[in-house]
Amino acid sequence: MSLYAILIEPFVQYSFMQRALGGLVLLALSSCPVGVFLMLRRMSLAGDAMAHAVLPGVAVGFLLYGLDIVPMTIGGLIAGALVATGAGAVSRYTAQREDASMAAFYLISLAAGVTIISLRGSPVDLMQVLFGSVLSLDNAALTLLAVNLAATAILMFVFWRALVAECLDPLFLRSVGGPGGAAHFVFLGLVVLNLVGGFQALGTLLCVGLMILPAAAARFWTNRLVPMMAIAVAIGIVSSASGLLVSFHTASPSGPAIVLCAGLAYLISLAAAPRGVLMTRLRPHRHRTACPAGAHHDP
Amino acid sequence: MADACVTFSDLTLGYASHAAVHHLSGEFAAGSLTAIIGANGSGKSTLLKGIAGILSPLSGKLAIAPGKRVAFLAQRSEIDLHFPAQVRDLVSLGLWQRRGLFGRISTGDKAKVAAAIEAVGLTGFEDRDLDTLSGGQMQRALFARVIVQDADLILLDEPFNHVDAKTVADLLGLIRHWHGEGRTVVVVAHDLELVRAVFPQTLLLARRAIAWGPTAEVLTEANLRQASHFSEAWRDDAPWCEPSSGHDHHHHGGHDHHDHDHHGHDHRHGAAA
Repeated sequence: MSLYAILIEPFVQYSFMQRALGGLVLLALSSCPVGVFLMLRRMSLAGDAMAHAVLPGVAVGFLLYGLDIVPMTIGGLIAGALVATGAGAVSRYTAQREDASMAAFYLISLAAGVTIISLRGSPVDLMQVLFGSVLSLDNAALTLLAVNLAATAILMFVFWRALVAECLDPLFLRSVGGPGGAAHFVFLGLVVLNLVGGFQALGTLLCVGLMILPAAAARFWTNRLVPMMAIAVAIGIVSSASGLLVSFHTASPSGPAIVLCAGLAYLISLAAAPRGVLMTRLRPHRHRTACPAGAHHDP
Repeated sequence: MADACVTFSDLTLGYASHAAVHHLSGEFAAGSLTAIIGANGSGKSTLLKGIAGILSPLSGKLAIAPGKRVAFLAQRSEIDLHFPAQVRDLVSLGLWQRRGLFGRISTGDKAKVAAAIEAVGLTGFEDRDLDTLSGGQMQRALFARVIVQDADLILLDEPFNHVDAKTVADLLGLIRHWHGEGRTVVVVAHDLELVRAVFPQTLLLARRAIAWGPTAEVLTEANLRQASHFSEAWRDDAPWCEPSSGHDHHHHGGHDHHDHDHHGHDHRHGAAA
């Protein structure tokens, strides 16, 4: 079996593979940069919780309209927005921290979502909602992913400076009257948008995988924000393509294969990247002198 | 007498209706250089946060002269050192007040950032990651951000903590320079010797103003002793501050008539020295 047959042919021959790859590229382009911000704000687990929180909304859409992507997406958006603002409000107005309220909301959401889907659907439907069906992306789903990418790109571009400042020094942003609160809610909106965008491809349980894993992996390669996002997108796209191929050749479910590939990229980065375990362990053996010879630069 | 840059009238600031700064009246004159001193918990940081607009008054008024730009350097900054940013990014945050969310960063702005980095002696450190800076280098970078903010009123909360003597001397040089440029500078400090040497005006706080005026008149034995006799303890059963004669049980906010002792700290203070 030639390399061509293994790596390229499946995408040339089967349109469902082309659609799957196209959809995943659109998703990686928007959700990986969001994932970088999510990780840098120490909200990786909150992202996971919000992904589960989307479920009851998707389930209500399913209950009313069956397996139709548009109502399920709208339901997911509404549920995600409610839980994100609800958890934010609980932490703001009570003594409880956001992580606890997030956990409470997502546990309730997950249980409610599974119950609602089981009211009408079969276990197969439930599996599809929880773990996705990237090989059956239709035109409507691809259009939604494109809209999601456009909306994410515009919001990120507009709020870029506020998002960065709010991460770097929130107290400063408040002292100059910057839109810190607004930036936070826009950001939560971006997370919900991309989680909902990803649920048909990867399911509500795994869609956060393509958001967090490439971002966490990219952190080991660079300490610059924009290159970090570019690396995350690249890892996301490569993981998607290789995950699809693995699933194609081994007849295994595609969503988990993609997330496993992203997980492999994370482990490789953790071990071998410049800021990973091996390099930081090896580096102390060779270090530069404190000052270049003759130059005294010690502010 | 110079115009006021900040005016307090019967200002009370605090958290959850526990006052940390109590009935403060007075003003920072435009162009003045003032040290705020006092024990831990005496309300120094709270007052600066109030002026910076991060904390809203529980009662009373705080007015900043219109059109004045404010720069605030917090004591415990909330800077995320692990965020992937370099010295240049941190200093460039100072452009926010003029450029906001959308304003284009011009080449002039970039030159301003470079000049500020040079002024604090960090040239060559522009591309250093924040988590590789020493405490002193970080403080220099934050002073560079204050320079970029180009503010009329500069508030510095304990800027000399955890920095070595050389850095303190350099930072004091910057503060003197700002004073010379006619900016209003307010600095929370602990070192009384340094306050005597550098600051023409001093505000001695112990929740309320114990003394406020020319440094030599404020830093007297009697005043310092009085300031040390205040209770830092936060008492949940502390009585509401209200008229002893009145039967109306409102607390801070809109009390026109109340009779507790203001200790004569309700007066205007000298102009720039």
